[in-house]
Amino acid sequence: MADLKPTVPLAGLNEAIGRARLAALDPGRVTSVAPWPGRNVDAALAPLGLHFPPPGTVIAAQGARIAWAGRQLAFLIGAEPPAALAGVAALTDQSDGWVWVHLSGADASAVLARLTPLDLRPSAFAVGTVARTVINHMQALILRGAEDGFEIAVFASMAGTLHHELTEAMRLVAARARI
Amino acid sequence: MRIPCPCCGSRDRREFTYYGAAVFLDRPAPDAGLEAWDGYLHLRDNPAGVTRDLWYHDPCAAWIEVERDTLTHRILSTHLVEDAAAALRAARPEAQP
Amino acid sequence: MTQSHRIPGRGQIDRARPVRFRFDGTLYEGFQGDTLASALLANGVRLMARSFKYHRPRGVMTAGAEDPSALVEVIEGNQQTPNVRASVQEIYEGLEARSQNRMGPLSFDLLAVNDRLSPFFSAGFYYKTFMWPRAFWERIYEPAIRRAAGLGSLSGHHDEGVYEKAWAHCDLLVIGSGPTGLIAALTAARAGADVILAEDDARMGGRLLSDGGEIDGQPARDWAAGVLTELAGLRNVRLMPRTAVTGAYDDGTFGALERVGLHRAPDAELPRECFWRIHARRAILAAGALERPIAHPDNDRPGVMMASGLHSYVSRWGVNPGRVVLFSNNDSGLATARALTAQGIEVAAYVDPREIPVTEDFPVYAGAQVTGTRGRLGLKTVEVRHKGGTSQIEARTLGLAGGWNPTLHLTCHMNGRPDWSDAIAAFVPRDGMVPGLAAAGAARGVFSTAGCLADGVAVAAEALNALGFKTPGAKIPQAEDAPYAIAPLWAVDAGGRAWLDFANDVTTKDVKLAAQEGYASVEHMKRYTTQGMAPDQGKTSNVAALAVLAEATGREIPQTGTTTFRPPFVPVSIAAMGAGGRGQGFAPKRLLTSDAKTRAMGAPMIEAGLWYRPSYFPRAGETTWREACDREVTMVREAVGVCDVSTLGKIDVQGADAGRFLDLVYTNAMSTLAVGRARYGLMLREDGMVMDDGTCARLGEGQFLITTTTAAAGLVMRHMDFVHQAFCADWDVRFISVTESWAQFAVAGPKARAVLAAVCTLPDLPFMGCAPVSVGGVAGRVFRISFSGELGYEVAVPTRYGAALFDRLLAAAEAEGGGAYGMEALNVLRVEKGFLTHAEIHGRVTADDVGLGKMVSAKKDCIGKPASQRPGLTEAGREQLVGLMPVDRGDSLSAGAHLFNQHDAPTRENDQGYVTSVAPSATLGMWLGLGFLKDGRARHGEVIRLEDGLRGKKVRVRVVDPVFFDPDGGRMRG
Repeated sequence: MADLKPTVPLAGLNEAIGRARLAALDPGRVTSVAPWPGRNVDAALAPLGLHFPPPGTVIAAQGARIAWAGRQLAFLIGAEPPAALAGVAALTDQSDGWVWVHLSGADASAVLARLTPLDLRPSAFAVGTVARTVINHMQALILRGAEDGFEIAVFASMAGTLHHELTEAMRLVAARARI
Repeated sequence: MRIPCPCCGSRDRREFTYYGAAVFLDRPAPDAGLEAWDGYLHLRDNPAGVTRDLWYHDPCAAWIEVERDTLTHRILSTHLVEDAAAALRAARPEAQP
Repeated sequence: MTQSHRIPGRGQIDRARPVRFRFDGTLYEGFQGDTLASALLANGVRLMARSFKYHRPRGVMTAGAEDPSALVEVIEGNQQTPNVRASVQEIYEGLEARSQNRMGPLSFDLLAVNDRLSPFFSAGFYYKTFMWPRAFWERIYEPAIRRAAGLGSLSGHHDEGVYEKAWAHCDLLVIGSGPTGLIAALTAARAGADVILAEDDARMGGRLLSDGGEIDGQPARDWAAGVLTELAGLRNVRLMPRTAVTGAYDDGTFGALERVGLHRAPDAELPRECFWRIHARRAILAAGALERPIAHPDNDRPGVMMASGLHSYVSRWGVNPGRVVLFSNNDSGLATARALTAQGIEVAAYVDPREIPVTEDFPVYAGAQVTGTRGRLGLKTVEVRHKGGTSQIEARTLGLAGGWNPTLHLTCHMNGRPDWSDAIAAFVPRDGMVPGLAAAGAARGVFSTAGCLADGVAVAAEALNALGFKTPGAKIPQAEDAPYAIAPLWAVDAGGRAWLDFANDVTTKDVKLAAQEGYASVEHMKRYTTQGMAPDQGKTSNVAALAVLAEATGREIPQTGTTTFRPPFVPVSIAAMGAGGRGQGFAPKRLLTSDAKTRAMGAPMIEAGLWYRPSYFPRAGETTWREACDREVTMVREAVGVCDVSTLGKIDVQGADAGRFLDLVYTNAMSTLAVGRARYGLMLREDGMVMDDGTCARLGEGQFLITTTTAAAGLVMRHMDFVHQAFCADWDVRFISVTESWAQFAVAGPKARAVLAAVCTLPDLPFMGCAPVSVGGVAGRVFRISFSGELGYEVAVPTRYGAALFDRLLAAAEAEGGGAYGMEALNVLRVEKGFLTHAEIHGRVTADDVGLGKMVSAKKDCIGKPASQRPGLTEAGREQLVGLMPVDRGDSLSAGAHLFNQHDAPTRENDQGYVTSVAPSATLGMWLGLGFLKDGRARHGEVIRLEDGLRGKKVRVRVVDPVFFDPDGGRMRG
């Protein structure tokens, strides 16, 4: 019985339109971390150099990150969860549940402003922070890695729509820049 | 319209789903009787002024109690439902479940 | 092509860039920077339109968005945009525009007969005349009236244009870029606030572009250019020209319409318009003021316009208006006459009802009024009644200056009412009508340039203060500070028809008639006469109409009221508001991991919620869906079938209190479930009705995996979040959706084990058992559950392996004489077994109604249990789930049909129930139905009538148990 071959949506994507680029992104292992009431998970995260993030924040260390992902919820990204974490939080593998893309370039914010009501000004959505919001009709998680760089995740089954929406917006923004 | 989510800050109304009056937090005991259950499920005030209702912030999964004015549309305050419910239970230890 | 009426060297147009365009088929030339109106005027064309009702010849009356008159159609290939304002549409090379609302050429509109018949067409004419006979309205009167009276027309083609929507956020939104808006934006920008400056016009500067004057010793236009250069260089400033702010909404949200590509030749990629949602912490309305006309007889001819519009066409676009008469009741009209004279325009007469000194360089008629005009297709003479008698003065253009109305519309969008100011004879906004929005400058009745600059700085400082920004002490530039005096004159009393609302052809007589007939409230007058209800929303006519109504009813204007201004401020195309929502943008598509393979197999897809699922998998030789469906059903019953069921909602529930929590949300107990076992579960809404059903599997001591129906996955998640956060947030329970984390496939049929064995080492599972399993080296899960009634398993792997597993299961199934099955077969299989979907649990049924009353545990509370025990939900006579079989095996059944006793008439009173699902059963060789029947469980064996009035179907059916096939479940347990 040969091993099953994985298929990841939007794998290999790398598309530049105007002053924006959309590329596939592999965040590595993604685990949801939901601490039990009254339990502190910081000690369990310490070996990774991380602690539980307050709303909207991302903590990064040694290649691993933990990003706030909702009420009493964080996503541990790019690392296996430390064994001690299981005792203090509910852990669920979310690696396959989401499709991730990286949107970058001088017009990245302008592109996103076509799709999300989120205030994208750096004063409201700072570099190094995360927001739960919507991309048109899709629930989304957006991490801002740079003023003009965003990591965007939506449910994996919506990969095609995410690609369609983003590239449509990129085309509109590029057409404006052309005139 | 914008609603301040206690987790996420001020967000556009389209990120939220409306549920109903904040009365829903005050669930009667199972044996409280028909009248109590009828009141809980069906009877609502329709105030011209301050009212409290429940909204769900879909992106972050927080249920929120919103205090607002139906005359001015002004939102006076928002709280996490879990905090509002805890306060309610502290005041009424027999509350459900 | 001569631009016969362009003043050499004058105007802010690019003379190096001629632009050719067509109007009603004739080729004209203008310059870059022209609007359609200015270019036509420069070519000597004054006749641009026919009026709405009387088909009177009309020209352009203003130089802005408020124009009531010159509406045209713009044609771009298949695209035809009606009701475009010529005063807003910029010309571009190849622009093709056409006059509208006419029959025959614009200069000889056959429908102009309406004008001759005008005595019959007064306000309320249609209401009174076309009442009878009643049947004539829809087929004869209405189509004829619609043809004769109206606006532009659509092409009838689908709008292929690109539209856009976008969001913007700022600290301060400044609406309008005249002196007030510019200085306010500059003040805020220098203080470091994020500023959006929105301007409806293509160019920023507002009146400074037209009126001239000086600011700080330089021409006002140059001062504006300097400010704009500074603003454009600041990162915290966004300049939005061609953007009309259309509405003010709650909490600092504004709608705005940007004309992105409408001023250029069509471009397949460039959006035509963008609808912006702007969120601003504070906003300043610096939209200026709109000049109003004076109602005098025949004040609507081409060539009659607002004095300010005239001034703009001369100074900004270099249009030569010919001999001019100005009719003004205030100082700004007089200033215009002076400015025009200074620019070499011949002012043949300045007519003012006030007693003013006669010391100008042009003829002044003080204490005089305009009492009429002549010129069929364009103004020729103006009749002036003055102290010396009545004179006919030759003129090509008549400028009306009836005073200024602050552009306060946005301040009224949240139900605020403005105040009346006697000083300027106009309404002015009150503070706080829209929280966070402050009017400044002319928008609140400050009319001098110096006053506007000072007000702009002051209002900006207030806003900045509220936002927490420090304001450097700004120096207010020096400018003209002339006082503004007005002696209101709304209508000239000289007989004849005097227009108030040019857009909807409403005259002073109509308003007086409305008052006479009892429509004394302004809201009633408006609806009776249609004043203010045209696309321009009465921007130039509302106040004058109100004044005429006030006089006719013997009241003062403030007592008469004001009309209600609602969004949008300017017309917004539906396409712009719905931008991004067409086609794929309407809703996300959720695709299965088996999607590509499924489509490659030729399966037609159907939507299930947002998901796309296969209807059936056609094979060679099959010509109908029934053939494929029957084959797939038989295949599952006799061999094995594979179906992607990943769309079912899956929720991972963990914690020491997970069982306790599930006991609260499910009717039956889940805390007693053994590890490695699954149980069917039912959830109720708190009102006692069934919300959803699914399975609950216990994967470990503190871990459950529950499933929801495809359609209700989001709803159940939200419901569980509510129950958790509202009632037991302190319990040790956490849950998260894993719908998207797992690809899950049903393998059903007598040969299911052989198929599973081909992809994994199948553990020995009892019915409703579950276990972890390694599938092709991947950690997966297997559940022994069945939605088909056959021996069935569901096998799950992480989503990324779904496509590979589907291929492998398919190959294994085919080797066993099976294959894939789609939604049609799935539905037949479940109906044969009496399994439920949301066709049955549709929101108005209880657990008992669907025959699952015993699943509501007597031993514990759960959400919905108290309410489900209400008398109305438990007493006799409720409709209960039954199976329905045709008495004549050849009859087909239909869902949605109603049920009646055999000999009863099909009336509402006799209704016994309805059919929720039907299926052509290949297994039993007949159609089967599920439905709800009054006291149905006690009526098994009875023959009743199914009647479908829509499809004309009447079928005798036998009431049976809803489980048609294998009632003791031996096949799925075996």
